[in-house]
Amino acid sequence: MRLLAEGLSARRGEDLIFNDISFALGEGDALVVTGPNGSGKSTLLRVLAGLLRAESGRLRIEGGPAEIAHPYELSHYLGHRNAMKQELTVRENLSFWQHFMGDSPGGSGIDVAAAAEAVGLAGITHLPFGYLSAGQQRRMAMAKLLVAYRPIWLLDEPTAALDAGADRLFAALVTAHLERGGIIIAATHQPLGLGSTQSLQMKGFTH
Amino acid sequence: MIALFFRDLKLSVRAGGGTMIGVLFFMTVVAVVPFGVGPDLNLLSRIGPAMLWIGALLASLLGLDRLFQAEREDGSLDLLLMQETPLLMTVFVKCAAHWAATGLPLVIASPLLGLFMNMNELAIGATMLTLLAGTPAITFIGAVGAAVAVALPRGGLLVSILVLPLAIPVLIFGVSAVYAAIEDPAPFLPPFMILMAITLFFAVIGPVAAAAALRHSAD
Repeated sequence: MRLLAEGLSARRGEDLIFNDISFALGEGDALVVTGPNGSGKSTLLRVLAGLLRAESGRLRIEGGPAEIAHPYELSHYLGHRNAMKQELTVRENLSFWQHFMGDSPGGSGIDVAAAAEAVGLAGITHLPFGYLSAGQQRRMAMAKLLVAYRPIWLLDEPTAALDAGADRLFAALVTAHLERGGIIIAATHQPLGLGSTQSLQMKGFTH
Repeated sequence: MIALFFRDLKLSVRAGGGTMIGVLFFMTVVAVVPFGVGPDLNLLSRIGPAMLWIGALLASLLGLDRLFQAEREDGSLDLLLMQETPLLMTVFVKCAAHWAATGLPLVIASPLLGLFMNMNELAIGATMLTLLAGTPAITFIGAVGAAVAVALPRGGLLVSILVLPLAIPVLIFGVSAVYAAIEDPAPFLPPFMILMAITLFFAVIGPVAAAAALRHSAD
């Protein structure tokens, strides 16, 4: 399975925020998107996630499951916000996403307890999500990537609010996903600790 | 989908949810009416069904603006939009959960408030039945308003203003069905059937329109 982007551009207001972005990622490939604030990293990821319409260009999957209409149906998106409910417990949150999202063809998610274990927070799944610290909340949002299988992960500043230990833990999750044949596109300022990756430098507005 | 239904139900019932607030608002509106119009029991029993309907309409509008806004604020809306399941099914299920958590308690509370208004058993029964048939329509209409106003920081009032004109037919046929049931010459069934038809109509149109609005609200 390959994810192909051809000549993507996106507009915010009057200006093109990026123009003619193309890449091809195969199984086990990662793309790290870097660039200064406001250069369009998040916009690019939201275009890839189908949440913003691209001004031009197209995005497609080659050799993927036949029933998939858009690449975003095969993607996890971890944005700035964690997509978890403060009022519900961690377990309720994770098991909701597990049941609601379901697994993409070709893999299966791990159960909620194992996912919490994988992010190093096994003992606190009974607490309301709102009780956790910012870093713990972020880790639990990552556990969401594990409970439902998606081959493509779109990560926007995944390691914000994380300590060094969690950084390493996250790098391990990412590596494991790539070894299983997943595809990762991450926007980040910090190095993710990935091995062989492609990289994309965003430059910002073009007028 | 079932998971989404129960999650939304849990969120409404837990602290900060809409269930208790809606019922309390309904009680407040109906309870101040006798103080306003005075202790004339005949008058109260005559305007009672209309007052219950107005109270229920306003109370169901109360929590509607949070239907999608709360999802948007914590980022859940992004993930709801990205799934393979059709968005209009997601919207439909969210509406159903919202009605079960906020509309149904109003229906259940209405007999008690009917007593405040000196209504007889028949009038109370008819009001309950018409509320049961009519309040889902308000939720489905409201979902469209909530989806349109999802990106506005203080969209609550806007949602009410957008939704109220569309909800007027529901109010008219709901109240006229109750009066038809308690006053002899007019038949009960025609207005009640129209009320149900309105509900079914908006159960189809509402999710489609709300899903389209959500798709275009992306930023």
